[in-house]
Amino acid sequence: MNAGNILFTGVGGQGILLASELTALALLAAGFDAKKSEVHGMAQRGGSVTAQLRFGKQVYAPLIAIGTVDVQVAFEMMEAARYLPYLRPGCAVVVNTQKILPPSVATGQASYPENILETLRERGISVVSLDAFAAAKEVGEIKTANVVMVGALSSLLPVDAAVFEERIALRVPPRFKEVNIEAFRRGRALSA
Amino acid sequence: MTHITEDKLWLSGNEAIALGAYEAGITVASGYPGTPSTEILETLSTYEGVYCEWAPNEKVGLEVAIGASLAGARAMATMKHVGVNVAADPLFTASYIGVRGGLVLITADDPEMHSSQNEQDNRNYALAAKVPMIEPSDPAEAKLMMIEAVRLSEELDTPVMLRITSRVAHVKGVVAGMWRQQPPPTPALEKNPAKMVMLPAMARKRRQAVEERMIAAKALADETILNRIERGEEKRGFITGGVSYLYVKEAFPNAPVLKIGLTWPLPDKLIREFAAMVDEIVVVEELDPFIERHVKSLGIACRGQDIIPNRGELNTDILVNALTPERAERGFAALDLPPRPPNMCPGCPHRGVFHNLKRLKVFVSGDIGCYTLGALPPLSSMDASVCMGASVTVAHGMMKALGAGAHDKVVSVIGDSTFCHSGITGLVNTVYNNSAATLVILDNRITAMTGHQENPASGRTLKGEAAHQLDIEGLCRAVGVKHVFVINPHDIDASYETLKEAIALTEPSVVIAKAPCALLPAMRKRRIVPYSTRQKNCVGCMSCVRLGCPAISWTPFAAGEAERRGYKAKQKGLSKIDETMCNDCGQCAAVCKFQAISHREETK
Repeated sequence: MNAGNILFTGVGGQGILLASELTALALLAAGFDAKKSEVHGMAQRGGSVTAQLRFGKQVYAPLIAIGTVDVQVAFEMMEAARYLPYLRPGCAVVVNTQKILPPSVATGQASYPENILETLRERGISVVSLDAFAAAKEVGEIKTANVVMVGALSSLLPVDAAVFEERIALRVPPRFKEVNIEAFRRGRALSA
Repeated sequence: MTHITEDKLWLSGNEAIALGAYEAGITVASGYPGTPSTEILETLSTYEGVYCEWAPNEKVGLEVAIGASLAGARAMATMKHVGVNVAADPLFTASYIGVRGGLVLITADDPEMHSSQNEQDNRNYALAAKVPMIEPSDPAEAKLMMIEAVRLSEELDTPVMLRITSRVAHVKGVVAGMWRQQPPPTPALEKNPAKMVMLPAMARKRRQAVEERMIAAKALADETILNRIERGEEKRGFITGGVSYLYVKEAFPNAPVLKIGLTWPLPDKLIREFAAMVDEIVVVEELDPFIERHVKSLGIACRGQDIIPNRGELNTDILVNALTPERAERGFAALDLPPRPPNMCPGCPHRGVFHNLKRLKVFVSGDIGCYTLGALPPLSSMDASVCMGASVTVAHGMMKALGAGAHDKVVSVIGDSTFCHSGITGLVNTVYNNSAATLVILDNRITAMTGHQENPASGRTLKGEAAHQLDIEGLCRAVGVKHVFVINPHDIDASYETLKEAIALTEPSVVIAKAPCALLPAMRKRRIVPYSTRQKNCVGCMSCVRLGCPAISWTPFAAGEAERRGYKAKQKGLSKIDETMCNDCGQCAAVCKFQAISHREETK
């Protein structure tokens, strides 16, 4: 993989920005050019959120085109299916199986869609599912669920685990270094 | 700031602009927070030797920058696109006065309205105010063009606008840096009334200077490094600028391109030269046909918004579809999923106010902030929202139209920061021209929507230093409001009674709903005892669910489940609180009439 498009999806407040940032820093350290697009403001108040990360020799556009996502990292189950038109046939999707109910479901106006993972697999997408929240609990800090997801993603990218760990160590506050690296390793093991 | 190597940085467009401002020797910066501009000042404030402040609004911010420039410092003001409307008054006359130290106005436009109420194209301001405008395509250019904007401002004796869009501001990329070009100039006063006092006689002379300056700028446009022709192998060429340039490069990497970095004035000679090189020109730009109109005005045929939309953001797909549909990726069909719109957070103090306003069945004239989300279901409790500060004035206008009998029919709501921004003058008008409108000030102690910026009522400066804290209650009384109430919006029943009393009055009234934003660090650090549902007491009335708190969800019963579990046969389901999300505000417990919600310890 000399170039690629990574789509991070989830719900505002799940730590998607940090996860996409750690991934970008690892890719940059490995010598790639990169661009990352984020949405701030209104969209962060519990709404559907994405971060788009593109890497390669030279990256022009900050946005990923339809049908060209190589890897999607979905922090919430339903969000894994929301951006389906952007996924490349045969791409990989790493899914956190956590469910966060959108307002229409929480108020009983709609129901949470079933069989999300099957829907993706039926289309020839390779799905890696994990419970990042449970894994984060196990390492002792529920706030590291996003780093668990980075770990799961890392095994699909052309960057050594050591490079990721080095970037994580530099980026997170020192007292959370150990637990974040442990979360990363846990996620990487879960997707292997 | 993140270093990739010693001399390479990984920065957002906004962080790159801050770095460029520092390197260019800007020492005074002011502005008002607004997506997608906010991080520029936040980042710049971390550099040594640069004074940065949050102004109460954009007009103030630009005027502060003008003052600093007239004192000889390099200065800038930052704001979102609609902020420039507020700052347009000083902008148009600063154009006549020119500068002493370089003066840059950053406009951060929001095509697609990710976090805005309109998607106006602020390139039109450069044309209308007769000032040069520069537009970068990515963070690397944003830094360089910020430096060039300062240089150009001093060379041409003019304010310069630097326009970015959301996909430049909030895109991260690799930026070369950092070194300061030269020490900033030393400010000193200098009187020059002929240039700085815009009395009609003096302004007429300066009007002439503006014309001469724009002629000089026009000549420079054909030479500047900001514009360039990139030769290519194809017969179809593109004229483009800003982020659109990157979509052109992505979709048509081998096509000739005239890349415009100086958006105003446009380079006529360069455009003609480019036209002679290609068989066909396509202008690619977001929003208005600003470049396209100009190219056509030169008598040069081009395509543009006949095939490319004049609204929303562009992307690679739109260009490929417009020009080479046979290459277009179709992608998988989208699924029909429940939407996930943004929502007020668990424990948000605004929720209780909107719940009560809904009960009071009033028309709610709203404003700009997190609380605009009160318009969405299930609260559905905002009925109009125009622009910053308009809640108060729109309500007053409605009252005057409807007549005295409507004194209890319209309520306006505004946040603390928005009240300081432009609500105060509206309140002065309400009192002066006497209408009975009730204004609710949602005082959550911070500018929340844009990510917690300080404001005159928060008691802290941009750098977090202690500052005088505006007394909102005292201010309301000082402008002549006789009836000022302060409520705790989490106390649903007491708030309801106070709101009801205020609304019934036939004189102007203000209700200050005072409770800190649930996301403020102090609120997050406090001990939170989550609420939970005592399920045997829940009758499925949905009162709590209708608050729309993200921590509360509804679980419907399957057929026969109600009776099987010992509930009345007609009960349709149960409400449940996610204790990991609960922020301990107690609004749900207050609306529950069946003692089914209480603190964890009391639940068992």
